[in-house]
Amino acid sequence: MRRAEDMPQGWVGSSPVRLDGLDKVLGRARYLDDLTFPGQLWGRTVRSTVAHARIVRLERDPAFDWSGLTFVTAADIPGENVVQLIESDQPCLARDVVRHCHEPLALIAGPDRERLEEALAHVLVEYEPLPAVFDPLASTQIFKHYAYEREAGRIDEAFVRAARVVEGRYRVGHQEQLYIEPNAVCAVPRPDGGLSLHGSMQCPFYVHRALQRLLGLDDDRLAVIQTVTGGGFGGKEDYPSMIAGHAALLARKSGRPVKIVYGRAEDIAATTKRHPAVVDHRTAVAADGTLLGGEIRIVLDGGAYCTLSPVVLSRGAIHAPGAYRWPCCRVDARAVATNTPPNGAFRGFGAPQTLFAIEMHIEKIARELGLDPVEVRRRNALREGDVTATGQRLRESVSALAALDAVAARAGPLERPPRGARKRRGRGFSLVWHGAGFTGSGEVKLKARAGVELTPNGCRVLAASTEIGQGTVTVFSQMVADALGVPLDAVEVAVPDTSRVPDSGPTVASRTCMVVGGTLAGAARALERRLSAFAAESFGGDPSRVACRGGVFREGARVLAPYSVVAGRHLAEHGPLRIVEQYSHPPGIVWDDDEFRGDAYPVYAWAATAVDVEVDLDSYETRILRAVTASDVGKAIHPVLCAGQIEGGTVQALGWALLEELRHRDGRVLNDRLQTYLIPTALDAPPIETILIENGYRHGPYGAKGVGELPMDGPAPAVAAAILDATGALVPELPITPDRLMAALGKDPA
Amino acid sequence: MIADIPVTSVRSLDEAYAVLARRAAGLRVLAGGTDLMVQIQARVGLERIGHILDIWKVSELRHVTLDGGTLRVGALATYTDLLRSEAVRAALPALAQVAREVGAWAIQNRGTLGGNVCNASPAGDTLPILIAAGATFVVGGPRGERRIAAEEFFVAYRKTALAADELLLRAELPALAPGERLVYRKVGTRRAQSISRASLAVRARVEAGAFRGVRIAAGCVAPVPLRCRATEAALEGGGPGAAAFAAARAALDGEIRPIDDLRATAAYRRRVAGNVLEQLLAAF
Repeated sequence: MRRAEDMPQGWVGSSPVRLDGLDKVLGRARYLDDLTFPGQLWGRTVRSTVAHARIVRLERDPAFDWSGLTFVTAADIPGENVVQLIESDQPCLARDVVRHCHEPLALIAGPDRERLEEALAHVLVEYEPLPAVFDPLASTQIFKHYAYEREAGRIDEAFVRAARVVEGRYRVGHQEQLYIEPNAVCAVPRPDGGLSLHGSMQCPFYVHRALQRLLGLDDDRLAVIQTVTGGGFGGKEDYPSMIAGHAALLARKSGRPVKIVYGRAEDIAATTKRHPAVVDHRTAVAADGTLLGGEIRIVLDGGAYCTLSPVVLSRGAIHAPGAYRWPCCRVDARAVATNTPPNGAFRGFGAPQTLFAIEMHIEKIARELGLDPVEVRRRNALREGDVTATGQRLRESVSALAALDAVAARAGPLERPPRGARKRRGRGFSLVWHGAGFTGSGEVKLKARAGVELTPNGCRVLAASTEIGQGTVTVFSQMVADALGVPLDAVEVAVPDTSRVPDSGPTVASRTCMVVGGTLAGAARALERRLSAFAAESFGGDPSRVACRGGVFREGARVLAPYSVVAGRHLAEHGPLRIVEQYSHPPGIVWDDDEFRGDAYPVYAWAATAVDVEVDLDSYETRILRAVTASDVGKAIHPVLCAGQIEGGTVQALGWALLEELRHRDGRVLNDRLQTYLIPTALDAPPIETILIENGYRHGPYGAKGVGELPMDGPAPAVAAAILDATGALVPELPITPDRLMAALGKDPA
Repeated sequence: MIADIPVTSVRSLDEAYAVLARRAAGLRVLAGGTDLMVQIQARVGLERIGHILDIWKVSELRHVTLDGGTLRVGALATYTDLLRSEAVRAALPALAQVAREVGAWAIQNRGTLGGNVCNASPAGDTLPILIAAGATFVVGGPRGERRIAAEEFFVAYRKTALAADELLLRAELPALAPGERLVYRKVGTRRAQSISRASLAVRARVEAGAFRGVRIAAGCVAPVPLRCRATEAALEGGGPGAAAFAAARAALDGEIRPIDDLRATAAYRRRVAGNVLEQLLAAF
């Protein structure tokens, strides 16, 4: 990588050193736990130890010394006892009933952490047990149900005409996001009765609205400020609203700043996970592998409260048919309640679950028909002009075949050990799509706003979108610098603070670069036009021919003035200048929520993956030898960061494929430690070859689509396919642990 | 509270013995701390810890020497010491191999052989090797020293033969003789920093087509690291070959007692222990 100052103009498409990198590498970045506020107390959470029960008694042990400690229960909540999200079913503190283990019941704050630990053991809770449900298939409480069809009238006929009907059930388990920095916040009471909330988070305005509802505060008396955040992956989308509420309640009652920093065990046990899923496929296929029609049934385990389940479900349901053409199909999708900690957002957001199912089902179809699974994918892959299962005509930027071909070409031949060897090798492919931005009408409803404000040397980016390790600050700066015609270091990015930045929406759904970045680039272009006109007026020139390039305003080749002179004069004459724009959905993109039909996303990213594995038939361990991916992201604004997203996501997906399994007993999380919840180490990460395809999207900034979630989709099914290739065993459930593979193999394969 | 637990740090065995002689209630010995500190942090058994005797700086327990066919490893020799030791590589290379597979560098720098032995986990990485190697543990205290065979040391789940006033001082291991091998495999799911799911160590030589001096030990398949005497007997004196291996496997199957836990099922451990046994025997 070259250093920023050596780079020529044209930041987009180049890979300057990431702007937040040095502080993080040198340990200068200050995470929430590095901050100390005057008079600060520590907060802890009393949690339920049972999965479903009526709370008969919740009180402090009178034998314990409670002096100097602040104790908060649901009765102390000034506003509504609700964690603000889609539904209002989740309390901030349980009042009468607990619906899952590890559910917050009460809060304690004090100056000494050891004493708090003791105090936790002296909160007396008595329960009257209620029946608990842990199997999503046995649940009768439905959070959300979607059903949609394409050409439903032809489905029966498709099954009659089919050369073969292939059925399969596929399952995936919980996955922990495992950001390096656990959830952490500090609530600071203000003299005006208001509150400042600092914390590690993805979505400051989610927290803002949650605190307003919980505390009854207006906008003027509340600021939510993101601190340097050590990863999120969806795990800091909705949960920070919970922990922020807790810190705020303690801060208001004690009148002191209250910091809550979860330990790893508490974070793993209590916070949201990827939804487990059960997906059933029944498919009519022609002898050549062409999909004729099918039925897909999806059950997502939402856990005890609704959280984000309806939107995870809709993304899962839309992605369930995979990157393929279906002449007709029917999708039925439910998110149901169980008495386990609520599941929520996790990179991919429902799509990895249903894409694993369709990709394994394609493998099964190919095997039953005696066809090459890559050929079956190629035959059915969506092409430009095709119509998806929700009735969306794909008008542009469709790269399923290009991705598949690129990966197949790069993968080359696989060397296999001789027959009878105790270590078998295999290769598996997958093909996936991922809708960029919010599902359906999400962006239309959100009306995201973002902007820039003039500074003496450039501008400051104003957005609520957070840097959580993915490179937001750097790619925003690149896009804005190019639009404004200034050097990269002339752009600064404001800390997301809800009292200072517009609501550009949550940092989720692979939307930050495409939606918010595009809005920012538009605002920066507007700023450039405004300043060009001002420069023309001040220094003489035809406004339509004046532009800023390389930090200098020129009319054609004639230099008018450096940016700093123009900006300085504008600030002096007109005062602060802030340009905030609202995202506008591309014309002609229409979604019908009631019918679940239409343009589910403005555009899709596409990826193919090949994975080579070696399976040890003595230990049933699978070693990933190599992963090759080809990803169409529209435009890589920063190719190094973009490839970094893909590599990181790939390793995360490989962990889900082979290692990561959350275990419960009676709804209680058993493996809440890194010793027992295993994620891949550097030695488990294979060489990853990343091919970037840039099939530009007309309405994306510089052609960009989303990339954040895409790499989570493809690797797991490719691993399972590779294991199938190596051993002949189709393991329909993730993770493919050695135990599970041993069971699937029965006796040793021939 | 954790901060209230008294800690006595000593620099010599004499000082350590003086503390042990007082027989403080709930005394726990701290060496590298890689097990004990984790237990304290997780508050596992915290109420049973009354006093901590920190022996980390007792340098007379930190040595690795090879002397006349006997490898002596002090209780405070770290994994890093083991994997860097010429003596270990010459006498029992498997011990260097296992040290390299334990935890991360930080753990290898702090974790000690004595700590691994005294923590007495059935998953302790070095324990099958020590038993298969025929190690003798020398233990000592204010009442004097005594010697305990490795396989006699682990008396029950996480319980050792150490008396309350005794410390482990060193392990003494017979170096491999010419023609002799000690082979080992740990199955741990991921490729680094993994806790064992099953492990097996085999020491033997093949003389005139027959197995001699067979010693076999297994980890994670019983409440204690297990010397597998029936398996040894099935092999001793016989020749390598499919029939002998199958008989050994059957014997192993009869003497291990694996359980289901968070890391693996009993069925998996049973099958993999047998597979690994056959794989290791095939190397002779």
